[in-house]
Amino acid sequence: MALLEIENLTVEFDTVDGRFRALDGVSYSVDPGEVLAVVGESGSGKSVAMLAVMGLLANNGHLWADKLEFEGYDLLTMSAKKRREIIGKDISMIFQEPIASLNPCFTVGAQIDETLKEHTKMSRGERKTRAIELLDSVGMPESAKALKKYPHQMSGGQCQRVMIAMAIACKPKLLIADEPTTALDVTIQKQILDLLLDLQHESGMGLIMITHDMAVVAETADRVVVQYKGKKMEEADVLSLFESPKNPYTKALLSALPENATGDRLPTVSDFHLGDEGAA
Amino acid sequence: MADDIILEARNLVREYRTKEGIFGKEHVNRALKGISFSLERGKTLAVVGESGCGKSTLARILTLIDPATSGELLIEGNPIDISKEKLSKDMRSKVQIVFQNPYGSLNPRQRVGDVLTEPLMINTTMSPAERRDKAMEMLVKVGLGPEHFNRYPHMFSGGQRQRIAIGRALVLNPSLLILDEPVSALDLSVQAQILNLLADLQDEFNLTYLFISHDLSVVRYIADKVMVMYFGEVVEYGTRDEVFGNPQHEYTQTLFNATPQADIAHIKARLAASN
Repeated sequence: MALLEIENLTVEFDTVDGRFRALDGVSYSVDPGEVLAVVGESGSGKSVAMLAVMGLLANNGHLWADKLEFEGYDLLTMSAKKRREIIGKDISMIFQEPIASLNPCFTVGAQIDETLKEHTKMSRGERKTRAIELLDSVGMPESAKALKKYPHQMSGGQCQRVMIAMAIACKPKLLIADEPTTALDVTIQKQILDLLLDLQHESGMGLIMITHDMAVVAETADRVVVQYKGKKMEEADVLSLFESPKNPYTKALLSALPENATGDRLPTVSDFHLGDEGAA
Repeated sequence: MADDIILEARNLVREYRTKEGIFGKEHVNRALKGISFSLERGKTLAVVGESGCGKSTLARILTLIDPATSGELLIEGNPIDISKEKLSKDMRSKVQIVFQNPYGSLNPRQRVGDVLTEPLMINTTMSPAERRDKAMEMLVKVGLGPEHFNRYPHMFSGGQRQRIAIGRALVLNPSLLILDEPVSALDLSVQAQILNLLADLQDEFNLTYLFISHDLSVVRYIADKVMVMYFGEVVEYGTRDEVFGNPQHEYTQTLFNATPQADIAHIKARLAASN
């Protein structure tokens, strides 16, 4: 059984200019132990689908779907209480800006502790031991000392490690990483990507990588979903997507990579005259 | 030929001094530890390195925002030291900068027209009508239209804002443009458009670029020469083909190995290794 199944999900937002459709009938699923990359540019709706899964859409957001299920639980009709039990425990998410997504007023230790307190029955001492263990597993140097640090005392890469430690604290079945390395340096990016893949490999969890970077997709994914303007353009396993992209938009994205440049100019997406026929 | 060298840096050093508390011991942070390079007219030098390596400190010194602690800076053969003498408006126009984040580098309460005319108002003696014409012309040059003149920055996408920022930098007819991560906040396809625009403008105005970036695939595409910085020092400096073909320093090699790759052979190798 698929871990997460999304079928025909549509999300709209109320704006001053009327309803804006951010996501238009998108379907995909993730299996346990699989790395799915959702790739697209800003405004393609790649994060919106995940926010809908997490129940994090803003108040002006409306969603409907034929199916939105996690392990057979219907996320559309689920009570808020039940959702809180699942979110943060079985499904967790890490975000793009590690420094902005940690609370600057609390120590790292307190923030990891909060997750454990909410979802487990561990005692204070056990939680502390577990927090140190978690920081060790994400490769944080001097983990016991790091517990007492505030986010501003750490680098971006270290903050992202803390975010990952919080996300895997309750051994989630599904981890959603929304542009986890976009704000980081290349060498740190490699460390974080390696870490995520190692954790995924060890625990067998499903991993959804949301990214705009085709190279990150090439380095991490098993399967890829390409989105453009709220619609799914293409879905394929990673090798066939790069070897023989079917959709004109995917072709355009791949040829806009500077390393694929032929001649003096880079082809841009507008060179491919994407009309409605680009939509799958 | 000597007069083809537009910018020369000799042993630039920059120190930042901080104190812990009023009576605390002074702490000296050497952000640049002696940087030397020269830049030919019409060429692109890419500066690569991680956060904290001194790239942006270097950009601030070259754009004459901050003085160097020691070392010499020559622009078109003239030595310049802003800590000793005030900068002439002419000199100020020679070097311009485009910043990384087009959302942060434009004043949200300033119309695009004012963004483009302000540098002219401060640095030239042009009449208001001339300034307006020049700004209109520049809008067209960077791929926007005269209808955008009275709009505010929030009405534009990230790529369009970066075009405005480029227009603002070029309106004074600089000979050297410092580009501090100009495309790293942009989407892939918009990045391609901006890189194309920069290439066109370079041809048209015979511009010299100092292109700061951490993205090696972009650097490989745009640069003539590449300089790799690590903790305030230049660890590698050479033509693009030298640096990419045969990296000498250990850090450059680390950097290359860490860069994610999108070629098919690489994907096949990864899939084979994980099975």
